[in-house]
Amino acid sequence: MSGDVVVLGVGMHPWGKWGRNFVEYGVAAARDALRDAGIDWSQVQFVSGADTMRNGYPGYVSGATFAQALGWNGARVASSYAACASGVTAIEAARTRILAGMCDVALVVGADTTPKGFLAPNAGDRPTDPDWLRFRLVGATNPTYFALSARRRMDLYGATSEDFARVKVKNAGNGLANPNARYQKPVTVEDVLASPIVANPLHLLEICATSDGGAALVLASASFAARHAGTAGAPVRVAAVSTVTPTYPQTRIDLPDLATDSTAVVAEPARPFKESIAFAAYEEAGIGPEDLSLAEVYDLSTALELDWYEDIGLCGRGEAEGLLRDGATEIGGRIPVNPSGGLACFGEAVPAQAIAQVCEITWQLRGQATGRQVEGAKVGITANQGLFGHGSSVLLAR
Amino acid sequence: MTTRTRVPALGAEGWFTTDDQPTLLGRRCTSCGTYAFPKVDFGCPNPSCTGTEFDEVPLSRRGTVWSYTDAQYRPPAPYVVPGEEHEPFCIAAVHLEAEGLTIMGQVVAGVGIDDLRVGAEMELVVDVLFTEDDVDHLVWKWSPVTNASGSNEEVA
Repeated sequence: MSGDVVVLGVGMHPWGKWGRNFVEYGVAAARDALRDAGIDWSQVQFVSGADTMRNGYPGYVSGATFAQALGWNGARVASSYAACASGVTAIEAARTRILAGMCDVALVVGADTTPKGFLAPNAGDRPTDPDWLRFRLVGATNPTYFALSARRRMDLYGATSEDFARVKVKNAGNGLANPNARYQKPVTVEDVLASPIVANPLHLLEICATSDGGAALVLASASFAARHAGTAGAPVRVAAVSTVTPTYPQTRIDLPDLATDSTAVVAEPARPFKESIAFAAYEEAGIGPEDLSLAEVYDLSTALELDWYEDIGLCGRGEAEGLLRDGATEIGGRIPVNPSGGLACFGEAVPAQAIAQVCEITWQLRGQATGRQVEGAKVGITANQGLFGHGSSVLLAR
Repeated sequence: MTTRTRVPALGAEGWFTTDDQPTLLGRRCTSCGTYAFPKVDFGCPNPSCTGTEFDEVPLSRRGTVWSYTDAQYRPPAPYVVPGEEHEPFCIAAVHLEAEGLTIMGQVVAGVGIDDLRVGAEMELVVDVLFTEDDVDHLVWKWSPVTNASGSNEEVA
C-alpha cells in the first residue's frame, strides 16, 4: 500500500564489551543501514535517536549526537527515552512523521556503552525517585523483579529450573550463527544449573548481561521505496507499532515500583499490561498471533521469555513450558522465538536492543538470516517492555 | 549503654507505624475510595476520578504471598549492607485482599526461599534496615505467619 512505512535498510555494530564511545557504535550501525538501504546520508530528512542515560549529555540528545557525527545535513531530529523501550519510541517518532507525510526517509539509531554489573541508579540521595527507593529500602535489583515472575511460574504452573535453563540452551544455540551476538558459545542445561544463583530461582546464566552495541534502521514511505532502485523485491513493511502504557489498575509489580495499583474500586483490565502491548499491535495491523512466522521477545531472564509466549498470544496462561518442551519455539518449530539468540546471546544494550529486534525480523523476512533462518518467514513481531510503563512492540510483514 | 535512636529509613518517612502492631500507612481517596501505597503525590491514580483529597489509612497487617525471591548477591548502592558482609535475604511481594494492593518488602532474617510459597500468609513487621552510629534506620518487612496462634515473634 502506498500509505505504508517500510524498512529500507538495517544495520548493527556487533554487541560486546568494547568500552568505546557509544557514538562510534551508533555511527557504524547507521552507515551499515544506509548502505543496506542503498541511499546517501544526505537523503535522510529525519534522525530519530534512542537515548542512553549512562553517557552524559551526548546520550540525552542522541538524535543530534548521531546527526553531528555523520556530518550535519540539516535533517530534523528527535531524541527519545523510554528505558528498554527507547528504540521503539524512536521508531514510532520516525514512522508517524513519515505517515504524516512530513518526510520520506528517516534514520533511527540507538547505541550504548554500559558499565559492568547490575544496572544501578544514578548517584546521590534521591528519596522521591522510585528507582532509588527500591534499591535503598528493599535491595530490589532488576533480577529481583525477573525472579518474582519466575517463582510464580514455578508455584502456579509447575515450571522447573530445567525448563528455564532450556530457554537459555535454545537461545545460545540460535546465537551461534549470529555474527552480531556477543556470546557465541553452546550452553547446556548443566552449565546453567551449575552457575551461581543470583535471585532464586534464577542463575547467573539466566539473567541477561549489559552490553555495548548499536543498531540502526532506515525507514521510508512506500512511495519513496517504490521509486528507489536500491531495494530488490517487496520491502519489509512496518505493519504496526505499539507504545502503549498500562491501564489502571496495573496489578503486577513492575520495575521500579514497590507496590501495585489497587483493585479495590476498579477491577483489573481484561488484558493486563504486558498482554496489551502486542495486542495493540495485532489490532492495528489486523494480524493475529496465528499469522506469525516468528517472534523476538525480551528475554531479560529465561523465565520472562516464557511469560512473553503467553503475553503475545502464542499459547494460553500456564502453557508456555509445554510449548518450549515440545520444541515449538525452536528454529524449525511451529513458532520460533528469538532466532537471533535473544538477549541471552546479546546482553542488553538498552537503547539499541529494541531496534536490533527489528533488524533481526527484517533479515528473517528477507531470507538473509544465514544459519538461523526461519524458512518462509512472512510475519514477525517484537515485544518488550520498558521501565516506568513503556510498552514496545513492532509487527513486520512482507 | 547508649540509647539508640530509631528513625524511618530515608525515603520511608510516614510509610509505616512503629507501635507493637505496626501497619503500613496507605492513602484512600475521599472521592472514589481507591487505595494507594506508599502515598499519592499528584492526585488520585484512578483515571476516572479527579479526587485530590486522601485519608491516611493503616493497611491490613496480613496478606498472602504473590511471589518471592532472594538476594544472593549484594545489591548495589544506594542499598546499604547492614553488617560487615552481605547476608542473603528473601524478598516477597504480598497481596493485601481488602485494599487490592500487592506490596514488596524484605522478608525477616532467618527465612529462606524454601520457607515461602505463593499464597502463604505473611504479617507486617518493622525491622532495622541498617544501623549508623547510634541510629537504627527502620523499614517494613514481611514475616511468615507460622505458629498456631497466628502471631509472630516480635522482631527488632
